[in-house]
Amino acid sequence: MSESFKTKTSRRAFLRGSAAMAAGAVAAGQARAAGPDPLITEVQPWASGLGDPVDAAPYGLPIEHEGDVIRRNVEWLTADTYSSINFTPIHALDGTITPQGCAFERHHSGAIDLRKKDYRLMINGLVDTPLVFTYADLERFPRENHVYFCECAANTGMEWKGAQLNGAQFTHGMIHNMEYTGVTLRTLLEEAGLGAAGDLSDKWVYVEGADASSNGRSIPMDKALDDVLVAFKANGEALRKEHGYPVRLVVPGWEGNMWVKWLRRIEVMSNAVESREETSKYTDTLANGISRKWTWVMDAKSVITSPSPQAPITHGPGALVISGLAWSGRGAITRVDVSLDGGISWQTARLAKPGEDKALTRFYLDTHWDGSEMLLQSRAMDDTGYVQPTKAQLRDVRGENSIYHNNCIQTWWVRETGEAENVEVS
Amino acid sequence: MSKYLKATTAALVLMLAAHPALAEKFGLGREALPEEIAAWDLDVSPDGTGLPPGSGSVMDGEDLFIVQCAACHGDFAEGLGNWPPLAGGEGTLGDARPLKTAGSYWPHLSTLWDYINRSMPYGNAQSLAPDEVYAITAYILYSNFLVEDDFVLTRENFLEVEMPNADGFIEDDRLETEAHFWNTEPCMEDCKENVEITMRALVLDVTPVDEQEEAIMGEAPAVEAAEVVMTAAPDPALVAAGESAFRACQACHQVGDTAKNHVGPILNGIVGHPAAAIDGFGYSGAIRTAAEDGLVWTEENLAAFLKEPGKFIRGNRMTFAGVRKEEDINAIIAYLSTFQN
Repeated sequence: MSESFKTKTSRRAFLRGSAAMAAGAVAAGQARAAGPDPLITEVQPWASGLGDPVDAAPYGLPIEHEGDVIRRNVEWLTADTYSSINFTPIHALDGTITPQGCAFERHHSGAIDLRKKDYRLMINGLVDTPLVFTYADLERFPRENHVYFCECAANTGMEWKGAQLNGAQFTHGMIHNMEYTGVTLRTLLEEAGLGAAGDLSDKWVYVEGADASSNGRSIPMDKALDDVLVAFKANGEALRKEHGYPVRLVVPGWEGNMWVKWLRRIEVMSNAVESREETSKYTDTLANGISRKWTWVMDAKSVITSPSPQAPITHGPGALVISGLAWSGRGAITRVDVSLDGGISWQTARLAKPGEDKALTRFYLDTHWDGSEMLLQSRAMDDTGYVQPTKAQLRDVRGENSIYHNNCIQTWWVRETGEAENVEVS
Repeated sequence: MSKYLKATTAALVLMLAAHPALAEKFGLGREALPEEIAAWDLDVSPDGTGLPPGSGSVMDGEDLFIVQCAACHGDFAEGLGNWPPLAGGEGTLGDARPLKTAGSYWPHLSTLWDYINRSMPYGNAQSLAPDEVYAITAYILYSNFLVEDDFVLTRENFLEVEMPNADGFIEDDRLETEAHFWNTEPCMEDCKENVEITMRALVLDVTPVDEQEEAIMGEAPAVEAAEVVMTAAPDPALVAAGESAFRACQACHQVGDTAKNHVGPILNGIVGHPAAAIDGFGYSGAIRTAAEDGLVWTEENLAAFLKEPGKFIRGNRMTFAGVRKEEDINAIIAYLSTFQN
């Protein structure tokens, strides 16, 4: 395999940092200043004059120096940008909460503009009384707050046949994690009355959006009555247009397509509709041509977000924070192991906080880098005992044509220069 | 009543409240009216529940398909560009590159009818009458060789159509077939003898690159200073209106610096440009003939074309019904005039 290659995605970030590296800490241990730092010895403009007044930005955006921390799409993936997806810049974020403004978007016919006063939510089907709620009605039901991750079933889907996209944003960025405020779906179903449905164990709830794609999914009743939320706030503020303003469904731990945006109708049914999004799409074809359907749960998964191809090591050898995200749709993350040698040996990383149910968990490995090559991997475990598999293990069961639900262990090849690349290893 | 009895009564009430059917009500919302339910409850189940009365023939479906669907899906439902093919692929699901279409993959005909009815045509959803949906569904079946050309699909014969992949699905079996992933003692040391890199993303080189980044690296070709042609600047309000109206065209046509030929050709510089002259685009014979006869896309010609594309150049492949409002046509032309080659 050729060693000469064009480094693209990480080039600018890399160059920006490597200058600093040359000037400073080449050797491990504390660097010595060549002379007094003018940033310290000279009075800087910001230490003398005035900054912006209040109200300079009535609703603020990130400072311009962070202007490259944005959602990005992969043009060749879809036919246009109205039925398309983009990716969260997870390589540049820390902690676990995803800011709404850079949380990935997935639309099937564009993000629609739906005002609260035009919003209606219908519950019909096998209910005692079919009901229509306004937005104001929803705010009068008891509310709950929960943090959950939302992962598109196709996250990492481009990697089934091999290492393809060079950046954690592109390989793992179809995910976000927010604190939702909303009413439980159970509360609304009970308001309409489920007596007419009889035995609930074999019933379904069909949920549908108000946009032209009419994205609809069938959810088994036991999940609908368990933890599904009809949400109208995320991270404390109204949902963004691109995430379903004013109301979306939150289906904890289950694939993002079921989190119907611009939620307009909930129908209690005796069967699954088997709509386009649950037959033609979001089904997983195995090597023998048979396809799995109703693969709703997102299995445990993790990825190192830094270092990664878009977030190379720019400081040279010495202290290094390896950081990443882990999550499981089946429960809480209990442990994350990190390998520096492509899976020969593993060490257990530190969880920033104990894992939370169906939410992102941040992990850190505080280590010392000797400047040699690394093959970085992370491996998540959840409280059901599930261990994140390798890509080879997944392929053994599923082949390479599943498209969806690729939760394999990811490998980043970190070079002596600090640059990183998406690779696949034996 | 004794204290004990009061307590048990309270407990009983609580237990009842926990059962959904008997839960406390908040008295919020209002009863949905039958007309409202009829307007929104359109889903169709695999057993045909939800289908309205109606029928449509393959022949009628072909005409409708050419006008409503072919711009993205191709005349024969083969799919254009990145838009999905709707026909073909039978027997390929176990191949290295399966072709999944309505014919080869979809297990239920109801899904096809329901999706066309509620979500298509793209950008103009819910505009088809039930008979039209039956007809287009029939044509897609015909494109997949699943019915003959004289077939008429109706609510009555709907369930008689056999979908080739009806038995091709199993319910999620991960708990059984992937039970070995539940392994509470994963290997920590000497887990394999050696490691080799077997594939690299940079070799494939399909990751999007920041243009600004490229420019900084000097990798991007130097942008030649374009010769500035002074023309009367179009009215900004009209251009803005045109940008909005152009959405009807965007599924097929691109404009701007990154524009590429797509289902339709790039439209940069189209105003005042000779017809059929964009490099690398496969024009229809009708447009090429018109170009040989000297057709230039003057504002007048563009306006006439946009009004009724099929009439202005008979036999051209732009399967688009036309822009109804004259102000939209003028706005689109003003918007297009802002894009130079």
